[in-house]
This record gives sequence, C-alpha cells and structure tokens, in this order.
Amino acid sequence: MTQQAAQPHGPETPEPSRPPETPQPSAGRAGAARFAGLAQRQGALVVLLVLLLVASLRFDSFATLDNGRAVLVAASFLAVIALGQTFVILTGGIDLSVGSVFALGGILAAYGSTYNTLVAIVLPLAVCGLIGLVQGLIITRGGLEPFIVTLAGLLFARGLSLLVSDGGSTTYRVPVDSAFRQLSQGSILGVKNLIWIVVILYAIGTLLLRRTSYGPTVLAIGGQQDAAELMGLPVTRTKLVTYTASGVLAGFAGVLIASYISSGVTVLGVGTELDAIAAVVLGGTLLTGGAGTVLGTLVGVLLLRVIQNVLNQIPYLNSNWQAVVSGSILLAVVVAQRYLSRAQP
Amino acid sequence: MTETVVQGQQADRADPARSRRPQLDADWLRRNGVYVALAMLVVVDLFIVPNFASVATLRLNLLQVAPVVVVAMGMALVIGTGGIDLSVGSVMAIAAALIPLYIGYGTAPSILVAMIAGVLTGALAGTVVARVGVQPIVATLALLVAGRGIANLIGGRIRTVRDPGFRELGSGSIVGVPYVVLVAALVALAVWLFVGRTTTGRQLVAIGGNARASALAGIPVKRVLTTVYIVSGLLAAIAGILVTARLQASDPTRVGQLYELSAITAVVVGGSPLLGGQVRVLGTVAGALLIQLITFTLVARNVADEWAQIVQAVIVLLAVYVQLGRRSS
Amino acid sequence: MTESSDRSGRDSRSGRSIPHGGDHERGEHDGNDDVVLAVRGLTKSFGGVHALRGVDLTLRAGEVHALVGENGAGKSTLIKVLTGVYTPDEGDVSYLGSPVGFSRPAEAQDAGIATVYQEVNLVPLLSVASNIFLGREPKRRGLMDVRAMRTQARALVKSLGIEVDVDARLGSLGLGVQQMVALARAVSTESRVVIMDEPTSSLEPKEVATLFEVTRGLTRSGVAVVFVSHRLGELFDLCDHVTVLRDGRSVHEGPMADLGRVSLVSLMLGRDSSEVQEQGTTDFGDSHARDGRPVLSVSGVQVKNQLHDVAFTVRRGEVVGLGGLLGSGRSETVKAVYGDLTTQAADIEIDGARVKAGSVAASLAAGMALLSEDRKAEGIVPGLSVRDNIALAILPRMSKAGVVSDAKIDAVVKTFMERLQIKASSPRQKVSELSGGNQQKVLLARWLATEPKIFLLDEPTRGIDVGAKREVQSLIDELAADGLAVVLISSEMDELVEGSDRVVVLHDGSVVTELSGQGLTTSRLMGALAGGSPATPEPESTAVRTSPDNDPEQNRD
Repeated sequence: MTQQAAQPHGPETPEPSRPPETPQPSAGRAGAARFAGLAQRQGALVVLLVLLLVASLRFDSFATLDNGRAVLVAASFLAVIALGQTFVILTGGIDLSVGSVFALGGILAAYGSTYNTLVAIVLPLAVCGLIGLVQGLIITRGGLEPFIVTLAGLLFARGLSLLVSDGGSTTYRVPVDSAFRQLSQGSILGVKNLIWIVVILYAIGTLLLRRTSYGPTVLAIGGQQDAAELMGLPVTRTKLVTYTASGVLAGFAGVLIASYISSGVTVLGVGTELDAIAAVVLGGTLLTGGAGTVLGTLVGVLLLRVIQNVLNQIPYLNSNWQAVVSGSILLAVVVAQRYLSRAQP
Repeated sequence: MTETVVQGQQADRADPARSRRPQLDADWLRRNGVYVALAMLVVVDLFIVPNFASVATLRLNLLQVAPVVVVAMGMALVIGTGGIDLSVGSVMAIAAALIPLYIGYGTAPSILVAMIAGVLTGALAGTVVARVGVQPIVATLALLVAGRGIANLIGGRIRTVRDPGFRELGSGSIVGVPYVVLVAALVALAVWLFVGRTTTGRQLVAIGGNARASALAGIPVKRVLTTVYIVSGLLAAIAGILVTARLQASDPTRVGQLYELSAITAVVVGGSPLLGGQVRVLGTVAGALLIQLITFTLVARNVADEWAQIVQAVIVLLAVYVQLGRRSS
Repeated sequence: MTESSDRSGRDSRSGRSIPHGGDHERGEHDGNDDVVLAVRGLTKSFGGVHALRGVDLTLRAGEVHALVGENGAGKSTLIKVLTGVYTPDEGDVSYLGSPVGFSRPAEAQDAGIATVYQEVNLVPLLSVASNIFLGREPKRRGLMDVRAMRTQARALVKSLGIEVDVDARLGSLGLGVQQMVALARAVSTESRVVIMDEPTSSLEPKEVATLFEVTRGLTRSGVAVVFVSHRLGELFDLCDHVTVLRDGRSVHEGPMADLGRVSLVSLMLGRDSSEVQEQGTTDFGDSHARDGRPVLSVSGVQVKNQLHDVAFTVRRGEVVGLGGLLGSGRSETVKAVYGDLTTQAADIEIDGARVKAGSVAASLAAGMALLSEDRKAEGIVPGLSVRDNIALAILPRMSKAGVVSDAKIDAVVKTFMERLQIKASSPRQKVSELSGGNQQKVLLARWLATEPKIFLLDEPTRGIDVGAKREVQSLIDELAADGLAVVLISSEMDELVEGSDRVVVLHDGSVVTELSGQGLTTSRLMGALAGGSPATPEPESTAVRTSPDNDPEQNRD
C-alpha cells in the first residue's frame, strides 16, 4: 500500500469540483484529501497494472495466453463470491458463510447433476439462497450481529455439506455426458463460458449499484443506517435481498466449480470468505460500508490471483507465500483506509 | 438495536422498578444456562453413552478440550473489551511450526520461542486495533490469513517432534491429571485472577462496558487493549504448544484450524456478551466443555460428525439470542 | 440581514390570513381553514415515563411556527410523532382536515411532511443528487435516469439559491451546505409541511441568512414550516407563531410578536421573572468560605466553531456557575478544560502550574474531576457493580504491582457510600439497577475518591428525584466548605443562582458577562441568557454536544 500511495499518477477519475462558496480547507489539504480518496479507490488497479508489467518483464512464462487464461479461470470463482460479498459489505455487514456455502453449492451441484442439469443448477441455488435468506432474517428481525450469524452459517453450511457427502467420503461426479459440464467448460467465441458468466454478472452488479434504486439504498444503509430509515428507505427488505443474493452467488460459484472440475469436493472453500473480503476491501470498498464499486472488487480479485500466479512463477517461493502476501496486503489496505479516511474531510 | 437507552429525567424515574423483575429469568438463563445444559447433558449421557461414567471418558474429553479452553481464555478477554481475535488458530500454527526448529536447543527454549511468537503477533494485532483503530475483526482476519501462510513457510510439512520433555508434556500426567489438562486449568486460574485481581483486568472489563466513560476516568484504553491482544496471542501460542505436544508432531497446516470458531463459541455459550463488558471465565470453561461433550456424545452415538457443526451453529445463535433478549427486555 | 429579515418576517406575519394564490391544486383539501396540521392532546410515554402529556399544536399554511423548549421538553418526541417515527399513545393528529396516524417515516414523507434534522440525516458518502432523490430516483425504462436526476437536482438547488455541485460527495461539503441539501430533499417532495429541527445549530451566519431566505420562499408558496431553534434571535427574526413546550406540555401558543425575549425565556424555563426575583426556592448555597488565590485559572480556550477565547477563574472553596442556554458552550467549556475536547488553544493552570491541554490523564493527575452531563453514555459502566464503578478512576492507586487490593477499595467504597448515602443492596449490586439519583451519587463518589482539587460538575442534578437532588446540592456546599473549587453547570436557574458564588454567562461560545454578589439574581441571569448578541448567530457546532432530548428516543423504534 505504501507503493500505492507513492504512485502519483493513478488512472484519473474526474473528481467533483467543489462549490465555490463552501468553506475551503487550504489548497494543499484539499489536494491531499483528493489524493487520499483517489488512492483509496484506485490503488488496487495501480498495483495490479504495475504487477502485471513487472511480472511480464521478469518472467517469460507470465505474459502468455495460457497463463492469462489460467489466472482468469482461477479468479472467476472468487469473483462470483466476492460480488455478493461486495453488496453485503456495502450495507455495512459481513458474510463469513460464503466459503462454506460455496463448497455446499459445489457438492449439491455435482449431486444434482446425477439427475439432470436443471437440478444441478436449481438445487444448489435454492438451498444456498435459503441459507442467505435465513441469515438475513436473523440479522434484520432478530437484531443479531452479521458477524456472529454468518459465523454460525459457516458452521451450518460446512456441516450440511459433510452430511450430503457422507462426511466427505462420497464424492459426486458429474456424468461424463452431462450438459452440465458445458456450463463452465464450454466456450463462446473462444472464451470460456466461465469468463462470460463473470463478465455478465459484474455488468449486472454494476447496473444494480449504479442504475437502480437498490444501489443507492445499499450505499445509504451502509453509510448511515439511521438516516436511511428516517428517509423511509426499505432497509430491512434491502438487507434481506443482499444476504440472499450473497448466498445465491456463493452457491453459484459452487455450481461453476462443480461444472468446471466435474465433481463436488468438500474441502473447497476453506478460508474463501477471507479471500472474498480481502478482494472487496482491496477493491476500494470501505469495510464499514457505504462506499465502493463492483468493478473495484473485480480488480481486487484479479490482484489476489495475479499475486498467487506470480508467486508460483518464482521457483524458490511456494504457495504459502500467497497467504502471507494476501494477508499482509489486506492488513496494509485496512490500515491505509483508516489513515486515508482520516485525511479526507 | 432495540435496546432501550432512555436518558435524562425520563429514564431515571422509571429505573428502579423497571430494570429488575422482568429481566430476572432471562438474565438467570444467560448466566447459568451453560451449567444447566452441561449438567443435563452429563445426566443424559450417563444413560445413552456406554461406559460414560469412567475415568477414561473424563480423561479423553478433558484432553481434547484443554487447548480450546486455553484459546478461549484469551478470546474471553478480547471479547470482554468488545473486540474479537480471529487470528488465534494461525498463531497456534505458528507456534507449532516453530517448535521443531528450536527443539534442538531443548524443550524449554523451543517453548519460549513459540510463546514469544505468540506475544509478537498479539502485539501486532493489538497495535493495529488499539492505535490505528482498525476494526478487530478485519485486523485479526488479515493475521489469520497471513499467519497460516507464515506457519506453513516456517514448518511446511508434518514433522515429528522427538523430544523427551515434549513427550512428557503431551502424554505424561501428575497424580492422574495429564499435564495438558493441568496447563489448561492453570491458564484458566491465571486468567480468572487476572480479570478479578489486577488493575488491567478490571480496566479491560470497564472498557468493554463503556469505553467512553473509561477514557474519561483516565484509563489508558489503548495500552489496555494492546495488552489484551498480546495475552490472547500468548495463550494461542500455548495452545499450539499443547496440541503439538499431544500429537508429538508439528503440523502447521492443520493445527488450530477453526479454533477461533470453537473459542468464540465457548465464550458466547459461556454467557459473555459479544459486545463486551464481562469476562466469564468459569462460564467459558463450561462452554468449551459443553461443546466438547456434544461432539463426544454425537460421535459416541454414531451420529455423523458433521452434525456436531450444525448443532454448534445453532447453539451459538441461541446463546447470542438469549443475551440479546436480556438486553432488550 | 437583520433588518431585511425583520421586514419579511413581519410581511409573512401580516400576510398569514390572506389566502395564498397560486396554490389552488394544493388547497383543495384545506376546506375553509388554512390549518394544515392540528395536533390535539398528544401523549407519548416511554416505559411509563411521559415524554409528551397532552400537547397541542396548530400549524397554518404559509407560517413559520417556532417550537421552543429546553432539554427534555418534548420537542424531539413531538417531531418524531409528526414524522411517523413514533406512534402516539393518545391524542389526534389531523392533517389537511383528516385524521392521520403515520407508522413509518416513509408514510409521512409521502403525505407531504418533510423533515430537516439537526444532525444532517443524509448519507455523507453519496453525492448531493443521490441524497436529494434517495428512495425516489427518477426512472427511465425501469432504470435510474442518472442524467435526469442530476438535471433535476441542479434545478432544485438553483431554485433554492444554493450554489453546489450536485455530483460532489455530500460529506466533502460544509455543514451549512449539507443542511441546505437536506432542505432541498425536503422540498423536492412537494411538501405541505416542512419541519426543521435546529437546522441552524451548525451553520455560519451567512448560511443562516440563506436558510432564512429559502424558508421564507417556502412560506410564500403556502408551505407551513415548523422551526426549532435555541437561538432566540432567529426565532424573533423568522417566526410568526410560537408554541412553547415544557415538561411534555404545551404551555403557550401565540404570535411571536406578542412575546419579549425575557418572557419567552421565562416561559421555557417555567419561571415568572418578576415573581422569583429575590426569593429563593432551595436552601442550596450557603455563602462559601474562600480565599483569594485562584486554584483554577482558564484563559484563551479556543475550540473551532464552538468556543471563542473562554476565560474564567475559580478560587478555593468557591462555586462558580457556568450559565448559558443550550448550545452556548457550557459543556464544551468544561470538557475542554478537562482535556477531553481538542482545543486550538487553551491556557489552563492549576495552582499556577500549567496543565497539559488535551490530556485527560494530565488533568486527573493535576487534581481535576469532571462529572459529565451524560450519565449513561459517559458516566456509569452499567454492567459493573456499584463498587467497581466507584473505584474506576482510582484503580492504579488501589493497586500494588498491578494487583488490586480489594480491602483498600472496599474501605474507600464504604466511606463514600456512607457519606453520600448511596442506596444499594450491597456494594456488589449492579449500578444499572440503581435509581438515577443513586447512580449520580455513585459517579460523584467515583470522582471524590480521586481527591480532586477542582470538581467540574455538568448538570449534577439533572434527572434525579427531589430527595437526591437536595442531597447533591448540600454535598456541593459541603465540598466547597471543605475548600474544593467547584464549577457548576445547570439549566436550572434557581440552582445556578443560589448554588453559585459567581456565574459566568456564556453565549454562543463566548463569555458575555459575569454575575456575582448582589448582581446575581434570577432575573438578571435570565436577562443575560436572553441577551447576549443573538441577532448575529456565531458559528457553532453541536457535534460534541449531546442533546438529551434527542438521544433517548433515537434508539427506539
């Protein structure tokens, strides 16, 4: 993050100019504040671009089509999960259950595919959506903290997936001739369906956030829940929708991975909730809610996966560096967010 | 959220009569529910689990619960301040990973190194939370991720620890009480004394109860918070040492997995409010025992292990809900 | 600004009975009267405690109606009932001639009752345009029409005479502009009634002027405005009518012009100024022994937008009162002196030695203690026992090598529980189970246990029963007699006048006068409170001030 802060030329987003009659802080402080805001929003993108550039120059095997494809595929499952997490965090909440729900979704999809493709898709989405809905209900109606509710959800979903798979001993396989495999593995115009799906989902996510009243409502709840209530916004309903969507998306990521690897595996998704949260925060979304972008999350996901890929390119580093680096980056980002938000008025 | 905070003139006239009677039941349930549940489960187990009333059963359960109790003690302190420490599992792993590296210098030095590592991670978490002001959940989440990676980097694979001192610690016992259990009991006693008898202990509870009032009363809030996270890190390291001693092996990839959840569950089930302001040491021990006994019972009855997690999830929610009911009544 | 506002104020006053043209489509429900909103016998209680007991309010189209009252008078509760946050226990609200009962803020808003809250209740991280249209964004083909939203927002702020970039993040704007955006949101809904709850408390004078202009513009188009403010000058400048609330009752209703400043203040405080002149109502305040040396001398206290060069001294054995209406900076002054509020400049000396500003620990060590006005939020630790609450500030002194000596604590606690006659079943009883008066005594004990030289008391008797109040008052006398230097803040005239040897009067964050000796009478004080220089409001902020008639209800729903 320090590197990030030292980057003076991030991709410019037009900063709103201040109205002339507002009491102005000194020009220097306004500039610093503006820079702080920019660093917070676009820092991940800058780091990503620099990393891509350096890695391309440094490792011959990095900037290849195959490698690029591998990074994108690896990123896509997390991207789907992180999309739901983005909206949850924007409301000021958190969803720790997504990793387990992701695994559950995968197992249910693989199990369902032994009947037919429709079941393979609908069953996991329904179950995972229901888990999200119940979590949302407990949070909104019961008034329990999202953190503890989704923690319980994590345990619950993990237990459920072990139940479905007989304690992990049964691995459901997607039948070889099943059309379900095509969901992730097939490709259109030479690009894997998986990638298309992520692109479409993020387009929808951006549209929801920017162009429907759901978006501002989510931001208002995260920014100032009391104000949102006083303004008469549908706070409860919006939260329910958000937690349900997070469950559905995590389940869908499970469906995708089941289709991609043609089986349901219980050990998936341990710690994925952390990756998802890290991606969202890296993408410039405030952990306290109220501000952030969907595309920022995508950048955050890519950054995490590119780091993983780069670390794999370095022969004397093993995959454990991935965890160390992403943990350190997450810590650096939240610390930086803290200071940056202090610098802003 | 539905908490009734009525201030000023209006509230106070109503206070004396209102605040007691209707809350008694819920409050009693919150404070003693865990003991009742534990006692009931023991009674039920006497009937449904063969050979339940045996030293072997007791020993097995205590051995299994010991590391959880140690971690939960630190967690209880952190939750008492209104925070949370998700990094404990990873700190256990770091401690476990360090032991084989330093065991060559002897049992005591390797244990010392592992404990220092715990103190350092705790200090890092405490600094980020107390001085920088990052929410505890995220700060310790980052340490959870990074810590596990560091543990794997240090240790990597499973290594057997062949050290007589360690073997003794893991499997030896004194007057029938395994050392591991003894350590856990001593830790619980120490934390109980810390909370009840020391300045810092009293102050941390006050901070959890009303941080603003504590600051106005001149309590060094940042210093106390940092100390608490350090203690939590230290205790997690001790738990890592205990697990390693029991296994006679260091397994950084697996040691401490999901311990943060077990510890939080034990604390919450034990009746400490998640919002802080109370540290219930005995309740937390009972909470850990309850969860352990539920798992044991399910396994003994040949119920699939995975039900244990689902049951645990429901219990956590119930426990939090009971607390919430008390606050809003 | 003053003249112009006076003039238009009068204009609208005289124009009230004249039917408003250009308002036909709105006027159809009005019937024969121009009463927009009528409240009769409104009662609301929380947990058996009455916040409102039979409040009446009549609001007519095109008027600015002042709603005034001190802390806890019920203004905020009334507003929250009108806006659908609370449902009343008893009483009727009729709006445009038909009875209504809003159960959610959205319902009141849809019906045309908009509210501008004291603390800007918008979302700082969103843009101005988003804030204005949150929840009812213009749509095109099912999607939000961002362009239309911006155009409309731009037109709206322009029509209100505000120059602001509608794409700017609200939080990046000054509080004044934010308040204007809140107003823009309020009027964008075609409202018939706009309620403004202390809209000016964080505004600069220039912004206040703009706000007034906009408000008058609204009334000209037939909107009825309810205006809440603690700044008397503003009320007289802007308002046509006034309703005074006290202890949950409406005690006066009438034209603003019929009231003088002093009579308004005496209505708010419930004291007839001529009647109380010299007679005392309590036996509080023996003349305190004192010697000439100041123990505490405060000078040049500057807090941005809140305090301006505040200075005063307190001698041994002296009780110095800090007088001032709500928002005058009383609490901020003691907090700044105690080091709890960041100051731009402050010179605080105790016994001639300078105390490090901005450090609570330093102030405590130097012998200061502060009893905060907000007992719940800044005082008691509810989950702890009476004993632990009393010992909170003296733990280090009660410990040896970090280990607390319970014997020592018990001795101290016993002493103070006896001295202050704290009624608790045992020292181990939870403090939250005590009555307000006993909680207050616990806090007094906490601070007395630190053996302070200077005791800053912010509303020490607020919200406690009569018996406890008398005890606290005589304790203050005792303390002063023992040589303690006391600073006393109280909204109660009698308490302040009779309990203090001198009263330093604050107005908008500055010391305006000091009353002592023969000059210290209720009527003089009342005059000083009403006077000051209220016509040109100074900038001030309420960010730090807790306003107890707002907070209690905020957490309910």
